[in-house]
Order: sequence, then structure tokens, then C-alpha cells
Amino acid sequence: MRSDKLFQIVSHVILVILSLLAILPMILMLTSSFTDNDVLIANGYSYFPEKWSLYAYEYIFKTGNSVIRAYGISIVLTAVGTACALCITTLLAYAISKKELPGRGVITFLVVFSMLFNGGLVPTYMVYSSILNLKNTFWALLIPGLLMNGFNVMLMKSYFCSSIPDEILDAAYMDGAGEVRTFLSVVVPLSKPIMATIALFAGMGYWNDWMNGYIYITKRTELYSVQNLLNRMMQNIQFLSQSSSNVQNANVGLNAIPLASVRMAMATVGILPIIVIYPFVQKYFVKGITLGGVKG
Amino acid sequence: MDKALTKENNKKSLKKRLKRFFPIYIMALPGLIYLFVNNYMPLPGLVLAFKKYNAKQGIFGSKFVGFKNFKYLFKTNDAFIITRNTILYNVVFIIVNTILAVFVAIMLAEMTSRLKKIYQCLILLPFMISMVIVSYLVFGYLSNDNGFINNIVLKALGKEPVFWYMEKKYWPFILTFVMAWKVIGYNSIIYISTILGIDRGIYESAAIDGCSKWKQITKITIPLLKPTVIMMTLLAVGRIFYSDFGLFYQVPQNQGALFAVTNTIDTYVYRGLLELGDMPMASAAGLYQSLVGFVLILAANLAVRKIEPESALF
Repeated sequence: MRSDKLFQIVSHVILVILSLLAILPMILMLTSSFTDNDVLIANGYSYFPEKWSLYAYEYIFKTGNSVIRAYGISIVLTAVGTACALCITTLLAYAISKKELPGRGVITFLVVFSMLFNGGLVPTYMVYSSILNLKNTFWALLIPGLLMNGFNVMLMKSYFCSSIPDEILDAAYMDGAGEVRTFLSVVVPLSKPIMATIALFAGMGYWNDWMNGYIYITKRTELYSVQNLLNRMMQNIQFLSQSSSNVQNANVGLNAIPLASVRMAMATVGILPIIVIYPFVQKYFVKGITLGGVKG
Repeated sequence: MDKALTKENNKKSLKKRLKRFFPIYIMALPGLIYLFVNNYMPLPGLVLAFKKYNAKQGIFGSKFVGFKNFKYLFKTNDAFIITRNTILYNVVFIIVNTILAVFVAIMLAEMTSRLKKIYQCLILLPFMISMVIVSYLVFGYLSNDNGFINNIVLKALGKEPVFWYMEKKYWPFILTFVMAWKVIGYNSIIYISTILGIDRGIYESAAIDGCSKWKQITKITIPLLKPTVIMMTLLAVGRIFYSDFGLFYQVPQNQGALFAVTNTIDTYVYRGLLELGDMPMASAAGLYQSLVGFVLILAANLAVRKIEPESALF
């Protein structure tokens, strides 16, 4: 048993170190965002700044109309996207979980093949930009790639097949419930855990996505999500001052903008919703990965 | 006679089933439409790789040039560099992340203290963060002017500041570190669940026989983890021709000085399409990735199916 005690102690030490490594970068971001800009320019980003300041946050909420709008876009996008993704994934997964459904094999093949082979960026971009003309619309953030993927469909299908006994479905059918009724009043209530997991995957995908906005939103920057704004800011330091609609500081030099700390404050604001929600949903996330890991 | 009857019956039951399942088809429709638009409509566009693209004439009106685009692509040094980078990074990621994830999983699964929940929560957190924000976090350490490393660490050591975003020799290590930081919590979950599935009785009898904890881990846990490790590795090998675009594009901040060690097939296709307007190269590289990727995924899946049929994708 002595070896067990030693193992526990060593594990604690290593896991404390790894946990710290995991969050230290975020703590640096947080402390930097609260650092006085002059101190920051003199000393760099630091865990223990000499002088604290709320200026970066004041700056964001006073002058950064673009920040608040981007936040709104991200929230709407995540809410709408998650709801739509959950609906169409669940419905399709349910269909291919029906063993007697004529054409089930073909539909399943279409789903699986989409996971194995895809056209890649160039043809996909062509479809969304020149055939469907989604460029510079809200749809471009919502639709390409994120709405549904084969992996989630198969994950859900295997849940339906393994966790909802056929007897219950047959009984409902015998009692005269149609397919829709059976689905709504028997299947959905029994599938809450997997639906929570899929919603979580989808929600995280939407909140964190920067690629769609980066590729398809080229002109209408008012459609930028938080991630796109952050991305653009990193590329172009001057962006924030240009895109705010109240550009009183147009003739003030760049030096007047507390860039270094504002940038970190922006990133903090972008991370915040995840940090707030994460502890409550982590359980479902772990469950979902466990389910999914077993099945591919 | 009998055959004709069963046929008739089958027809009838098919008709009946079609009627019964009609609502199900309606339910499946949105998903099928999306699948068509997002995954199948782009496929004909792959012919672009064999054409000299002209925006005015469109995809199908453009002139057919055969394998010319591929000839150009493979004549350049780029084809070699992006293939090498994509594969080598993936190999390193598979090795490093698997070892670390198994290591973390064993510690977390065998831990008796309640603190393990907090550890797992914190180690998983980086996985939840977008690559854009990760690039900010990395910038916080590596920025030339304000970075933590140049200003505090190297100053304290009395060393000259390093221009991190200009020096490519550091980036294979930086990217490997960032990737490990981001995915280890995630990758360890599947191993934890495997370990928790092992019959505790085996450990108890081993302990009674005087096996130390170390011996229990090396003789029981690791051998029993092997199938899961092999399976996960095979699935990762199937995706060895794909890379995390965000990691290779955002984290090095698209710096030209670093392209030799950060350019992968995905970043190459992206730059060809949207930054350089080099359609022939982008579409040729894209098709190259799709095809080789497809073969690799099929092969990996075949291997998985041989070892553990339930884990195969199909």
C-alpha cells in the first residue's frame, strides 16, 4: 500500500502542474487586460503588473460599438445554429435508426461517405459563394460546414439503436401512435442526454468558429462575430479605431489607443461565455466524448 | 406460384411500409438537403483541378488542361514541403499526444481524491477555446515587444530577446506544445473510460499478491489500454493528410518567414484560393488531399474493422 500512497502523491503533483499549465495562459491574458497600458508597454505582459487599470474594458464598451455588435452576432448565431443543428441532426439520425425503413441503407451510405470524402475548400467555396451567393450574409456564418456532420448523426443513431428498446417503440405503434407522435412523446424524452451532448458540440462549434466569417464575410464587417473581430484585430491593429462608428479619435494618433491591453481585454471578453458555462456542461461533454470515442 | 405470391406480398408490405414511414422521410429531409448542399454539391467542382479556371467562363466553361495543374504543383518545392509538414506534424502529434493522454488518463482514473474532478475540468478547458483566442494567448508569451518570454523570462536570464515570429527553427516545438496543451484533456477522456471499465477485481487480487502500484499499472492497465490506443491511433492515421487549419494559420499569425515549417496542405489550399488567387494550384492540391485522404481513411478503417469491428466507422 505504500506504493499506492506514493502514486497518489506523485499524481497530485503532476496534475497540479498540468492544471496550472492549462490555465496560466488565460490568467496572463486576464492580468494583461487589467494592466495599465503605459506599464504594459514598458514591462510587457505580466502576471503581476505594477499598476492595474480598467481602462481597456472602459475603452471597449465606450468606443467599441463593433465589439458589442459582434457579441450580439455571436450570441444569435450560436442560439440559432445550435437549435437548427440539433433539429436536423436528431431527425436524420432517427430516420436511419429505423431498421425497417425502405432506403435506410442508401441514406446511411450518404451520411458515412460524407465523412470519408469531401470536396475540400475550393469546390465548397465555389458552391457557397457563386452558386448560392451566401457571401456577406448572415447565412454564410450559419450554414457552411457547421449545421450538421456525419459524425454527430452516426453518434446519435447509435444512441437511438442501443438505448431505446424496440419494444417501447412497437408498443407505442400498437397503441395507435403514428411515427411523429412516437418520436415526440417517446423518443425525444428518452434521448435528453445525447441531445444535450450534440447541442453542446454544435454550440461550441458556432461560438468558436472564425473560418466561415473569415472566408465569406469580406465586405459587410457589421456581420463579424466575436471571433472574426478578434481575428481581424490581430491582423490589423488599426481595425478597431476604423470600424467603431463613433470615430472621434480619427485624428488622434494610434498611440492614444491602448492597443496592447485592449487586445487582451477583447480576448477575455471572447472567452468569458465559455468559462461561465463550461463548469455546468462539462459533464455532458465528457459523456458525449466517451460515447463518440467508442464509436469512431 | 409461391414465388409470385411472396413477391406480391413483399410489394404490398413495401407499399404499407412506405405509407407508414412517410413522415419519417419528411423528418429526414432537412438533413438530406443539407448533406446534398454541403457535401455533395461541391463534388463536381473537383474537376477544376483539371481546368484552367476563368471566372468569366465558370467552373464548367473553363478550358480543360488535363494534368497540367498537377504537373506544375509537383514541380514546385511547395508540394514536397506541404506534404512533409502535414505528415510529420501529424506523426509527432499522434506520438506525443497519445503518450501524454494515456499518462494523464492513468493518473486521473486511479486517483482516489475528489480533486480529480477539478484537475480534469482544468486540463480539458483549453480544448474549448477557439484557435483565434489561442493565437492571442501564444502572442501574450511570444510578442516581440510585450511578450512575457522576451520581457520577463529572457530578461531575467540575461539573454537577448528573440523575434519569435521571424525564426522558424522554434516553431515545430511551439506548434507541438500548443497542440498538446489544447487536446490532451480531450484525448485522455476516452482512455479514462476504458480504464474505469476494467474489472477492479483484477487489481485487488494483484494487490493481495503483493503487486506494487507501479507493477499494476505496467502489467494490468497499460496492456488493457492497448486495444483502445491502437484504435485511436489508426483513426488518427486515417486523418494524417489533414491538418488543423487554425493551428497552422492563426497561431503563427500567417507569417511568411515561418511558411517553411508552418505551411500544410490546408493552409496552402487556403492561401492559393483566397490570398494569392492561384486557383489551379489550390484546386490541384485540394484534390490531391481529398483523394489521398480518402484512401488513407479507408485503409485505416479496414484495419480498425479487423481489430475491433464495433469501432469501425462502417
